[in-house]
Amino acid sequence: MNLTLKIWRQKDSNTKGQMVDYKVTEISEHMSFLEMMDVLNEQLVNSGEEPVAFDHDCREGICGMCSMYINGEAHGPDRGVTTCQLHMRMFKDGDTITIEPFRAAAFPVIKDLVVNRSAFDRIQHAGGYISVNTSGNTQDANATPISKHAADEAMDAATCIGCGACVASCKNSSAMLFVGAKVSQYALLPQGQVEATDRVKNMVAQMDLEGFGNCTNTGACEVECPKGISLDNIARMNRELIKATLS
Amino acid sequence: MSGFFKSSIGRKVAMALSAFFLMFFLLQHFAINMLSVFNPDLFNEISHFMGTNPLVQFALQPVLIFGVVFHFIMGFVLEIKNSKSRQVSYAKNNGSANSTWMSRNMIWSGLAILAFIILHFIDFWIPEINTKYIVGDMSGKLDPELATSGFRYYEELTHKFINPIRVAAYVIAFVLLGLHLAHGFTSAFQSMGGTVGRKKTMQIIGKAYSVIIPLGFIIIALYHHLNH
Repeated sequence: MNLTLKIWRQKDSNTKGQMVDYKVTEISEHMSFLEMMDVLNEQLVNSGEEPVAFDHDCREGICGMCSMYINGEAHGPDRGVTTCQLHMRMFKDGDTITIEPFRAAAFPVIKDLVVNRSAFDRIQHAGGYISVNTSGNTQDANATPISKHAADEAMDAATCIGCGACVASCKNSSAMLFVGAKVSQYALLPQGQVEATDRVKNMVAQMDLEGFGNCTNTGACEVECPKGISLDNIARMNRELIKATLS
Repeated sequence: MSGFFKSSIGRKVAMALSAFFLMFFLLQHFAINMLSVFNPDLFNEISHFMGTNPLVQFALQPVLIFGVVFHFIMGFVLEIKNSKSRQVSYAKNNGSANSTWMSRNMIWSGLAILAFIILHFIDFWIPEINTKYIVGDMSGKLDPELATSGFRYYEELTHKFINPIRVAAYVIAFVLLGLHLAHGFTSAFQSMGGTVGRKKTMQIIGKAYSVIIPLGFIIIALYHHLNH
């Protein structure tokens, strides 16, 4: 395939960026999107130009490191996949592909397509954990009976890889699907109950502090999430915060 | 509790609570207006009761006005705040791939509804307040001097729907209200955490509400326009 790429280039966080056009040729439909980006970067390096900076790590759809807003959608037009799992067979010969960074005030651009998603880490630090005494008396987790339904729902919430596609897709740059998933994975389990009140209050407070927008329930996050995290998690977080405020 | 309503979720809950109140008001408004089609005498009786009952006039009416004003102001506040959360827009954004037009344009359908409510205030509420509390006519009669005179409410209602331009504006406003409710109904329950495990059911109820109520109001307007 021969493609035209319109890519956001930005030298650093203090410099204004712009869209730049590139041509790539002989792209195999079996390549992943990141492999196509590798081809472009080889081309740029060989011609003495600065390669396009983009985030990636495992390239197996697990780590949540890759991002990119491709043709107007986070992780591109395919469903249930991250950018690294997006294949070029989703595009046609002659296509023009627009590639931008995940955009949100809380995700400032570091360079080109790389954004700073450490706001998610700070939200996690605010309460996305359970406190366990590890002095040798730790109870076996399996000793606490948990219904299959609750365990499954908690596991579904826990599959969130924190890539930020929810924020990028939301017209309000809201982080509520991410925070909702992190709150839910503990709220559904008995081990998470002890710190449930403080957890939801602190995580929501940190989320607001980071400058994410308000959720207006458009559901774009759920559709674009590579792990299929359900909107139910946002509703559960809302319920948890109401409960925590009234208790 | 004040801290809760300053949080992003607290504001969503406040929007949802005002939406619940407005949706309940809309339901009873619809039921009363529908009586004008099936039983004009009962419509007159209930309109007179609603227009003169002190509890409705001095307790529920101020709450309703507060609910409307609060819902709109909060909607604008959230819209402005949300627009600041993305300072650089996407060069290409395919919103229709992952969300409905209604959900992405609540502010525009809301503004159209606000314009209609202002018109409704000028058209109905201000003359009503003038008649009752400035002129001092609490009789609700067509001719307050005549003891045998009937109530004025049905006459006034049908008179309003003679003008085809007003009817057209009314129809457009209710189509936009339907679009607003098509997202807003389920969204309000979602904000309150009430959709966990029953999202599909709430969506079906929401769709039914957002079609039946606005369509009913449109049928009432067209019925009176065509029967005049």
